[in-house]
Amino acid sequence: MTRQSIEAALANALRQAVTHLPTDVSRALERARAEETSSLAAGQLDILLENVATARRAGVPLCQDTGLLLFYVDAGARSPWLGTLRSCIGSAVAQATTDVPLRPNTVDPLTGVSAVDNLGRGMPWIRWDLVDGDDVVISILPKGGGSDAASRLVILPCDAGPALIAGAVIDHVAACEGKACPPMVIGLGIGGPAEGALSLAARALLRDLGSRHPDPNTAALEDEILDLANRTGVGAAGLGGAATCLDVHVEAACRHPACFPLGIVISCWAERRARVVVHADGSAEVVAP
Amino acid sequence: MTHDLRLPIDESTARSLRVGDVAYVSGTVFTARDLAHRRLLEAHAQGQRLPFDATGLALYHCGPVVRPVDGGWHVLSAGPTTSARMEPFEPRFLRAFHPRLVIGKGGMGHGTQAALAQEGAAYAHFPGGAGAVAARHIVRVRAVHGLEEWGMTEAVWILDVDRFGPLLITMDSAGGDLYSDRRADVARNLEVVRGRIR
Repeated sequence: MTRQSIEAALANALRQAVTHLPTDVSRALERARAEETSSLAAGQLDILLENVATARRAGVPLCQDTGLLLFYVDAGARSPWLGTLRSCIGSAVAQATTDVPLRPNTVDPLTGVSAVDNLGRGMPWIRWDLVDGDDVVISILPKGGGSDAASRLVILPCDAGPALIAGAVIDHVAACEGKACPPMVIGLGIGGPAEGALSLAARALLRDLGSRHPDPNTAALEDEILDLANRTGVGAAGLGGAATCLDVHVEAACRHPACFPLGIVISCWAERRARVVVHADGSAEVVAP
Repeated sequence: MTHDLRLPIDESTARSLRVGDVAYVSGTVFTARDLAHRRLLEAHAQGQRLPFDATGLALYHCGPVVRPVDGGWHVLSAGPTTSARMEPFEPRFLRAFHPRLVIGKGGMGHGTQAALAQEGAAYAHFPGGAGAVAARHIVRVRAVHGLEEWGMTEAVWILDVDRFGPLLITMDSAGGDLYSDRRADVARNLEVVRGRIR
């Protein structure tokens, strides 16, 4: 009985993620439109806002690329559901693929064969963090392919500081032109091992737009890179203007003295997210992303 | 300038489209992504004919979300995909099948630019991610090719559209390329931006 309630909440959350852009993202788009001075870019932003409203009203995917479905789990160590969740998530993905529907987006990298249910080798993609307590919080990030293809792992010189980091990010934003569907959201992972830098960057995308890192220096870097990105003139859809980037979120961890990784994970303007909480009694609810 | 185009269009109409113009298209559009480009060109090289006549139509870089409805199909979301992935195929594709409009996002490279000029065709931009708005302009699925073998995303969907737009012409047959103009702007801006980094 309760397994079904967990699967139903996850399937509902997947539907919500691809049809309802989170309010913080649509507000950021509205703000970008209000501040845009290029009429060409303003026209592009108008279409994006109309699209957000159309998808929400009609209950259809706002973008045809419903993404690779990524799950970030803050797993309460005392939850009795930890052993069940992987299979619940898999069932919910298959169900949402048929019901919403979602585009089949999982291609086996060696055979080239596309699964019909968004599952297949290595899927569903789940990252687990153990936390205290008996609730499990599952954050869903449908990650579009065009912007994920703009992700990078950069190994910086070991004497790099904030200036070199900012420079590397800005050069990358400029090189992406319109391919990552700007105005984009930039997740940055600074330090850690190389694989950790990309993980931190992806995790950074789960934060609300407009939120700032609790560490003042990290928050200042977020502000600085956001300001610089919006001076590049890449603009909405890469057609110029002020709206290149909706926000920048940074997460950081200590690195090895001989290796300075910078992970850049980019989301298109459609930064779709949803969140489910699974309680110890097996009840599950979709909460604000 | 704003154009109301009824597809198929002829060469002189395609050559009249200029960077900065806006177009609304009605009539037949077909989708093709990387895989379809590759497969259709392979079939063409073996002397096979396309299962439809692409001459004068719009080639749409798109992998739609489609739902089956009593014997037919309903397109729910159908925005453009990143056109740059099709660059290795597009010049040959334009010369083999003669579409007169390419619709996508992000623009294309020098090979396509040359083929647009030679063949008489234009590239039109629609904003990425605007899948729900685009789908509202699709009135009918005429046919689908390669669905079994290539899947929903990579299949070739033949679609009737009604006033699909506003499309912005960003590459034209006279060598106009909005993307190279923007690239130059961004390169200039970057010099200033780098100077601001503390």
